[in-house]
Amino acid sequence: MKIKVSRFKQEKTFVEEFEVRENKTLLENLVEIKQDKDSTLTFKHGCRSGACGCCSVRVNGQERLACKTKLKENDLIEPLKNYKVLKDLVVDSSKEEELLNKTNSFLHKKEDVNISIKDEKQIDRQSNCILCQSCYSSCPVYEVNENFLGPYALTRALRYVDDKKEGDKLAILASIQENGIWDCTLCGNCTFVCPQAIDPKMDITNLRMKSAQSGFEDKSMQNYNSFNTGFDPMGGFNPNGF
Amino acid sequence: MTTDILVIGSGAAGLTAALESKRDNIRVTVVSKCYPTNSQTCQAQGGINAVLETTEDDSIEKFIEDTFIASKGIASKSSIKKMCQSSKDIITWLDDIAVPFSRNEQNSIAQRKFGGTKAKRTCYSSDYTGLKILHTLYDQCIKNKIEFLNEYFLLDFIKEDENIYGAVFLDIKTLEIIKIYAKSVILASGGYAGIYENNTTNSSFTTSEALVKVYKNGATLSNLEFVQFHPTAIEGSNTLISESARAEGGFLVDEKGNRFIDELKPRDEVSRAISEKLLKNEKVFLDLRHLDEKLIDELLPQEKQLAKTFKDIDISKELLPIVSAAHYSMGGVLCDENAKTSLKNLFVCGECAQGNIHGANRLGGNSLLEVIYLAKKAGNSAFQNLQRATIKEDIKTVDFEKSIENILSNENIINVSKEKKEFGEKLFKSLGVFKDESNMKTLLSYLEELEQRLKVSTIEDKSRVYNKSLIEFLEFKESVYMAKLIAKCALERKESRGAHFRSDFKEQKEEFEKISIVKYEKEQDIISYEDAV
Repeated sequence: MKIKVSRFKQEKTFVEEFEVRENKTLLENLVEIKQDKDSTLTFKHGCRSGACGCCSVRVNGQERLACKTKLKENDLIEPLKNYKVLKDLVVDSSKEEELLNKTNSFLHKKEDVNISIKDEKQIDRQSNCILCQSCYSSCPVYEVNENFLGPYALTRALRYVDDKKEGDKLAILASIQENGIWDCTLCGNCTFVCPQAIDPKMDITNLRMKSAQSGFEDKSMQNYNSFNTGFDPMGGFNPNGF
Repeated sequence: MTTDILVIGSGAAGLTAALESKRDNIRVTVVSKCYPTNSQTCQAQGGINAVLETTEDDSIEKFIEDTFIASKGIASKSSIKKMCQSSKDIITWLDDIAVPFSRNEQNSIAQRKFGGTKAKRTCYSSDYTGLKILHTLYDQCIKNKIEFLNEYFLLDFIKEDENIYGAVFLDIKTLEIIKIYAKSVILASGGYAGIYENNTTNSSFTTSEALVKVYKNGATLSNLEFVQFHPTAIEGSNTLISESARAEGGFLVDEKGNRFIDELKPRDEVSRAISEKLLKNEKVFLDLRHLDEKLIDELLPQEKQLAKTFKDIDISKELLPIVSAAHYSMGGVLCDENAKTSLKNLFVCGECAQGNIHGANRLGGNSLLEVIYLAKKAGNSAFQNLQRATIKEDIKTVDFEKSIENILSNENIINVSKEKKEFGEKLFKSLGVFKDESNMKTLLSYLEELEQRLKVSTIEDKSRVYNKSLIEFLEFKESVYMAKLIAKCALERKESRGAHFRSDFKEQKEEFEKISIVKYEKEQDIISYEDAV
C-alpha cells in the first residue's frame, strides 16, 4: 500500500510516495519510513496514545492524530493548516499560549461550593482537550481574521465559565467578545475533527447564550447580516455568494 | 538572557515548581523541549493517592506503611511520612485551582483502590487524571505570568565550582544556542524509563539527557537500577493500560483463561509473573469481560478506546493481549527533603528526582503525589535561595556552536531511529524484568562500542531548521550513557529487591538494604551505598 506525504524542506514543497503497512497506525508507519527509507522525514510524536496532542496532521485534508489513525491506499498526509510549516509535517504552533492568555481561560477566583457528580460531568468533555491544534487547523475563520481566538481557546473558556468553582465568570466572558464567539461561523469543522469528541461549535453557542444572559451585546444577527449568504437585500440574489 | 528562577521541564513537576516559586517581582522561566501539555504527565491516567477526611477505612499510618513496604526498606520513613501527611493539602490545592476531580454520591472527591494499598485511596479525574492536572497547571501558569520557552533542548548546565548558574539550550526551530543565567535552577526533566525504545510506555520525549548532563556536572544520582515495568501495556504498541483496569476488577489470565496472580499485588510481582509466561512464548491477557459495560464506559473510557485503536479489540467483550513494559524510573538525582541536590542553586523534582520516597518500587497513584509534593518543595527552596544567590555571567562554557558544527560535519552517517530500535530491544532483554551478570556484561560492551561509534558519527539531515534528527542524535548519545549507568548500578547490586530482579541473585540481602549512589569523579562512575535518610 502507498501513501503520499507532503514534504517541505529548504523552502521547497513537494509530495513524496512511500510504501506503508496497512495494519499499522500512521505514526508507526512514519517511524518506519524514518528508520528504513528516509531519515530526514520530520514529524512530531510523544505519548503514542492520543493524550499529548503533538502528532496531529491532515489526512486527505482532515485533521487526525497520527498515533490513532489507520491508513488507506493513496492517503495524502499534510501538515496542519493556519500555521507556518517549519519542516515536512511540523508546524509552528507557538501562538497557543497567546490565545489561551487572551481568553482568560483559567480559574480566577475560587468559590467555596459543593461539587456534585453532575457539576463535574458538566466540564468533563471540555477538560479532555489535549491542545492538539486540530480544530485550529480546520477553522475557516482564520482565512479572514487571523486574530480569531479560535475553537480550543473558546472551549477552554467555557470549561471555566461552566466550572462551579469559578467566582468571576464575567472576566472570562468579557475577554471572548472581540475576535471571539461572535466571529465564529458555526460551520462545525472543529467539532468534526476533534479527536476527543469535544464540540467547540456547541461550546461557542453556549458561550453566546451565556454572554447575552450576562448583558453582553448579542452580535449574532449583526454577523449573520455581514456574512455573505448569497442574498443581497439591495439587489437580489448574488450567485457568487453561498 | 537572565531570569530569577529557571525551570527545566514543563510537566506537572516543572509547572507546580514554577507556580510555587512565582511572586510578583520574581521572574520564572520554564524551558521545555516540547510544549507544556505534550509532557508525559498527560499519560498518567490512574490517579493520585491521598488520605482525605472523607477517605474510608484508611489512615496516614496505613498510607505510610503501604508506601514503605513497596519500597522494600530503602526509602526514608520520615520523607514518606511528610509526603503522606501533606497528601490532603495537595489534593485540596489541586481542587482549588480547578482540577476537576471525579466526585462520589456524597459530593466528596471519589477514590478507588490501586495495587499494593489497603484502602480506596486514589483520587482521579475519570481516567485522564494526569492530563487534567497538567492542563489545569498550565492554565494557572498562564494566569500567573510564568514565561515559557518551548522547543528548546538542554545542552548543558552553566557551572562554576559546585554552583549552578544557569543552563545552555539549543533552539530546536533554528539551531541557535542560548544561555540562560539564573539565580536558582529547578530540574524537572522526567525520568529515564523512556530509553527502553519500543519497550516502554513512556513518551518519546523522555530520553534522560538532562540526567546525564547534571550527573557530569557533579550531581549525585541514586537508585538507577530500579526501573519499574508496568504489567499491562498493549502487545505490539506498548500503549499503557492503566492499573485502574485491574483496580476496577479486571483479571489477568493465561492462554487457557486461568488467573495466575493476584492482580493487585505490587507491580514488580505482577510484571514478573507476566514476563515468566511471555518468556515461555505464552500469551497473557487482560480480561474485563465480566465487568459491567456501563462501568467500563464510565470509569475506563480511555482504555476502551486505546484497545480499540491499537488492537481493534472491544475490552468489554474480548480478551486484550498485554505485555510488560518499562514504565517508571525510581532512581534519579538524589535530593534532600527540601528538593536540594548536591550542587548549590540546583533543585530537583518529578520523576528525575530520587527523594527517598519510592525506594525499590513505586505504588500506583504515588507518582503524581510525589511529583506535586516535591515540586512544591523545589519551588519553595528555589525561591528561598534567591536571597543568597546571584547572577553570574562571566563563566566559560564549551563552544556549543562548534560542537554542533562538528557533529554535522562528521562523515559516518548513522540512522538514529534504527539504532534506537536495536538499543531498546537489547536494553529490554538484558536490563529488563529479569537481569543477570552475563547478559549485563554483554550489554555493557555493546554500549561502550556504540558510545565510541556515536562520537564520530553524524546524521543525514544537515538542515538548521527543525532538525529533529539532530535532536534525536543528541538525546541518543546521552541515553546510551544513561543505560551504562543503569547497567553498572544493576551489576553492583547483587541481590533482588523490588523492581530490581537478578536471576543470578534471587534473594533480598540485608547488606544491600541501602540506596545506591553514583558519582562522576575524574571521568569515572563511582558507585557506593548509603542508608536512606
